[in-house]
Amino acid sequence: MLDARIIKVLQGIVGKQYVSTEKADLICYSYDATQRQFLPDVVVHPGNTEEVSLIMKMANAERVPVFPRGAGSGFTGGSLPTEGGIVLAMTRLDRILQIDEDNLVATVEPGVVTEQFQKAVEKVGLFYPPDPASLKFSTLGGNVAECAGGPRCVKYGVTKDFILGLEVVTPTGDIIRTGGATMKGVVGYDLTKLMCGSEGTLAIITKIIIKLLPLPEAKKTMLVLFDSIDGAAQAVSDIIRGKIIPTTLEFMDGATIDCVRQATDLELPEQAQAVLIIEVDGDADVISKQAARIAEIVQPLGVVETRIAETAEESEALWQVRRSVSASLRKVNPDKFNEDICVPRSKVPEMIRKVEAISQKHQVSIVNFGHAGDGNIHVNVMIDSKIPGQQKRADAAIEDIFKGALELGGTMSGEHGVGVMKAPYVRMELSGGAIAYMKTIKRALDPNNILNTGKIFLEDQAAGLS
Amino acid sequence: MKKLKKLQEYREEIEQCVKCGACRAHCPVFGAEKHEGRVARGKVALAGALLDGEIDLEKKLLEDMSQCLLCGSCYAQCPNKVPTEEIVAAVRREIAAKKGLSTFGKGLTSVLKNPSLMNTLAKTGGVLSSLLFKKLPADSGLRLRFPAPFISGDRTLPPIAAKPFREQHPEVIEGQPGRPTVAFFTGCGINYMYPAIGEALLRALKFIGVTVIIPAEQGCCGLPAVSAGSGDVVEALAARNLKALTARPVDFVVTACASCNAGLGKIYADLEGEYADLAERTKDIFVFLVEQGLPERLAVLPASAEKVRVTYHDPCHLRTRGITREPRAILKALPQVEYVEMEAAGSCCGLGGTYSVYHYETSKKIGAKKAGHISASGADTVATDCPGCIMQLQDSLNHAGEDVRVCHILDLLMDVLPEEAPA
Repeated sequence: MLDARIIKVLQGIVGKQYVSTEKADLICYSYDATQRQFLPDVVVHPGNTEEVSLIMKMANAERVPVFPRGAGSGFTGGSLPTEGGIVLAMTRLDRILQIDEDNLVATVEPGVVTEQFQKAVEKVGLFYPPDPASLKFSTLGGNVAECAGGPRCVKYGVTKDFILGLEVVTPTGDIIRTGGATMKGVVGYDLTKLMCGSEGTLAIITKIIIKLLPLPEAKKTMLVLFDSIDGAAQAVSDIIRGKIIPTTLEFMDGATIDCVRQATDLELPEQAQAVLIIEVDGDADVISKQAARIAEIVQPLGVVETRIAETAEESEALWQVRRSVSASLRKVNPDKFNEDICVPRSKVPEMIRKVEAISQKHQVSIVNFGHAGDGNIHVNVMIDSKIPGQQKRADAAIEDIFKGALELGGTMSGEHGVGVMKAPYVRMELSGGAIAYMKTIKRALDPNNILNTGKIFLEDQAAGLS
Repeated sequence: MKKLKKLQEYREEIEQCVKCGACRAHCPVFGAEKHEGRVARGKVALAGALLDGEIDLEKKLLEDMSQCLLCGSCYAQCPNKVPTEEIVAAVRREIAAKKGLSTFGKGLTSVLKNPSLMNTLAKTGGVLSSLLFKKLPADSGLRLRFPAPFISGDRTLPPIAAKPFREQHPEVIEGQPGRPTVAFFTGCGINYMYPAIGEALLRALKFIGVTVIIPAEQGCCGLPAVSAGSGDVVEALAARNLKALTARPVDFVVTACASCNAGLGKIYADLEGEYADLAERTKDIFVFLVEQGLPERLAVLPASAEKVRVTYHDPCHLRTRGITREPRAILKALPQVEYVEMEAAGSCCGLGGTYSVYHYETSKKIGAKKAGHISASGADTVATDCPGCIMQLQDSLNHAGEDVRVCHILDLLMDVLPEEAPA
C-alpha cells in the first residue's frame, strides 16, 4: 500500500480523475498478454510530458516503483507492475502531432495505436512499415520500447530503423531529447537506439520522431505449398541467397497447417507439409518479375502448388491463412509458450530440424511459424499445463530451443523482448561482461532502481521497497 | 426452457481469454473512453476476479459492467472467441439478483413499482411524452431503453405512433397460393415508433406474394431485459413470444430490427428446445427477401431518372452474426439507389439498448464518429436495418448538423414498390 500522501501528490499532478486506487482498476491494469498478474498500488493516466516528469521526480524521491504501460499487449511482461507501485498508463497521450510531407517525417505521442498511425500516413501516400501482429491495438510507445518487428521487417527493418528521435523522461524526472528530425546526426551517443528495445527500463517515452517512406505502388502476394518442411526452410535461404528480399516471407509448418485447415476457406492439400506466404512490393512491373523469379527459385524444392493472388481480395484470402494461426493453435493444446528465436537466415533449415528433435526428446508438441525471411521463427511449445509434468517438459524444451538458436549464432528473442518471461535465460546469451555493462548504464540512469523494476535482469530488486 | 446461464457457468469461457488485447481495436466504448475497464479484456478479468472472490460488487465494477453495449464486436474479432457480451449479461444478472435491478434495470422494475417515479415521468413530458408510457405495455423493451427521467434534454427521439402498428392490421394477410407463410415479429420499435417500416415490410412481402401473420399477442423480444440483467423477464417474454409465434403454422419468422433478430435468433437459441427451433426459423427480412429472389425481381422496375446516393450502416446485431451481404444486395438492386460504401460501415452507432440511456455522453462520442464516416461518404441517405440504429444515427447526425436522411432499407423499397402486387 502506498502512503495516502503519495496518492494526494499524484492527484495534485494529474488531477483526481486520472488517479485510481479502486480495486477494479488495479485488476484491469495488472496483466498483459503473458496472462501473469501483479496488482499495482495505483493507476495513473498522465496527460503530458511535464506531468510524467513531476511523477518521476516524486517517485524517485519517495522510492516508489513506476511501470509505464501502452496497450498491455506484450508477450514477455514488459509492462507488468511486478513490484506494485505506480502503473503509468500512457493512453491519453495519443495525438499524431505532425506528418511532415516535405521531409517524410512524423512526430507522435506514445499512445497512438500503430495501425491508426499507418492509416494516417498512407492517406498522404506515405508508409510506416513495422507491422507487429498486434498493430491494430498496440501503441507506438510500446513498439519502440520493445523494438517491435513484424512480417514486413524482412525488407524494411524493425521499429528502431524508423525512429529518428525521442523525447523521454528519465527515471529521475528530467526531460531530454534524443536524436532529431534529420536523416543524419552523430553528435554524442546514439541514445535513440539505446532507448529502442530498452523495455521501459531506462526512460519513459513521451514523443517519437518517425522516419517515413513513400508508399509502394503495388504488392503481390503468393502462397507456396511444400511437400516437406526442409523444402520450405531451404526455400527461405535460397530466396535470400538469390539476392531477392521480399517484403514478407512467412513460414508455417505442417502442424500449423493442420490447425488452420478448418479456419480458412482456402483448400490446403494433405501433402502440403509447409507453407511460405511471400509478398513483394514496389513498382508493378518490378514485382511481377520478382514474383516470377521467386517461383523459379523455389520450384526444385518440392513445391506442391504455387498460388499467386491477382486481386486484393485474393491476397487477403492468402493472408487470412496466416492470421488464423494464433487462434487455431489451441486445437493442439490449451497452453502456448510462444518463443521468438531468431537465427541467421541460412540456418533456418538447421534450426527447424533442431526443433523437431527437441520436440521428440521432450515429448511435447511444438508448432512453428513466423517471419522466416529474417530468420525469426515463432516456436510454440503447446502443452496442457493442467496435466502434471507437462510444464516441466515445456520448460526443458524451451531451454533447449534457446540453446539451439544460440549455437547457430542466433538470439533467444527477435522481437518480443526479455521482460520477466525470458529473464531467467538472459545469461545463456549475454556474457557476464555485457550484463555488467548494461547494468552499469541502468544504475547510472536509475540510481534508485524505480523504473520498470524486475525486468530483463532477474537479480535486481527494487531498492528501498519493504 | 433452459435457464439463462449463471456467471459460474462461464468460468471456462472466462479462462479462454489470453489477455492479448485484440478487443481494444474493436470495442466502441473503449474507442471513446480509452480505459481498460471499458474493454472486453478488462471486463472478463473483472468477471474472473468476481468468481474467485477477489473483488466484490463494488461501485467501480458496476460502472465498468454497465459500460458495455453488448454489441458483440469484441466476440466477432476475438481470436479465442470469448463471449464477453454473454459474460457481461451474466454479471448483470448477478448484480440484479444481489443488489436488485436498480443499477441497470431502473427503467423496468423501479418505474413500474414506484408510483412517485411514475408521476415524475408523467410530468417530464416533452422529451418523451408520458403518453408513451400509457401506450406502452408494462413489459415493452422501450421502457427499459427510455426511462424518461434519464433522458437528457438535447436528445432527439421519434414521436410515438398515434396507433401502434399491430393494431392497424389484421393478424393474417393472405398472399398468393403456393408461396411461403411468415410470421412478422415487429418488435417494439416498429410497433410503437416506426409503423411506416412495418407498412413497407408488408408491401415488400405482398410484392412477392408471401402470406404474413402478425401475431397480436407477441411482445418485446427480451433483449433489453438481457441488457438490464433481468433474467426472469427475458424468460417470461420468450415464453409469451413462443406461444404467439407458433400459434399458427409458419415457415419462418421475419424481423426488420437487428436487435429483435439477435433476441430471437441468439438468446432464444440459448434457451434450447422449442425456443432454439424458433430461433432457427427466424430470419432477417433481407436475408428472406434475397432468398426469395427479390433483387432479380427489382430489376424489372423502371429505372429512376433521379438517383439517391445511399450508404449502409451495419447494425452490430446483424454484422456480428454474419449478416452483411443481404441488406447491401437489396440496396444495390434498388432502381433509385446509387450505392456508396462508407468507411467503417460496421462500427457501432452507440445506442446499445439501455446503454445510451445511462451513458449518453459516451454514446454521443461513439455516434459522432459514425456521423463523421457517414458525412465523409458523400451519401444523401444512410439506410440501415434496425429502428434503434435509425434513432441513434438521427440523433448523431442532428448533433453534427448534417443534413442526411436516415431510414430503413424497407423505407427505400416502399418508395419504388407498387401498391398492388404483380399478378
